[in-house]
Amino acid sequence: MDITPTQVLDASGLACPMPIIKTKKAVDALKVGDILKMISTDPGSVSDVAAWTAKTGQELLGHEDVEGKHVFYIKKTK
Amino acid sequence: MAEETTKRLAVIASHGTMDAAYPPFILATAGAAMDMEVAIFFTFFGLEILKKGKIDKLKVAPIANPAMPVPIPNIIGMLPGMTAAATAMMNSWMKKSKVAKLSELLEMSKELGVKLIACQMTMDVMGVKREDLVDGLEVGGAATFLEFASHNAITLTF
Repeated sequence: MDITPTQVLDASGLACPMPIIKTKKAVDALKVGDILKMISTDPGSVSDVAAWTAKTGQELLGHEDVEGKHVFYIKKTK
Repeated sequence: MAEETTKRLAVIASHGTMDAAYPPFILATAGAAMDMEVAIFFTFFGLEILKKGKIDKLKVAPIANPAMPVPIPNIIGMLPGMTAAATAMMNSWMKKSKVAKLSELLEMSKELGVKLIACQMTMDVMGVKREDLVDGLEVGGAATFLEFASHNAITLTF
């Protein structure tokens, strides 16, 4: 995906709910407009990250699977 | 956002086994990470979770538990040492799946601002003193929990 992230969070190996918690903390530390690239191996992350962005109002720019890992791009909107 | 969604999550933890202690903490920390205001009310055997040094030593009962991944007949489950064996087995599976320890989820809950309420009445019933419990709690009764939950909270009981 042709997106340049501001920061990368590797949550590989972590189980629910840690990828979401780490994502929240990482996004909290960003500035509005910044983009977080989050990497997870938890299959539940695919629906959880979408749910998290829907609930918090942050923007999920995209999701791709790279070498068996889920990669998400999240833009901080507020 | 077009639609206003619920902002609060109110959880009741009333059991003191390892398997019953996980869901309240997983949902509470996830809720807090979703910008929700979260409280967990620990009552009856749920108080066990908050006793100092206890949280990572909670057990799984194999007896009357037909859902164990490796089923243990009750007549075997009742033998001495079987609860410890089932707990060790469960712990090893949790570790293999890299699930956070309960103590880590407790610390995470505090860090994310989850309100932890120990039930005063059951503390009195079971002879639990404030100093027996971990720090960072609030001690309160039914009204404390209900007042929090009455602000349009999703309420879950475990």
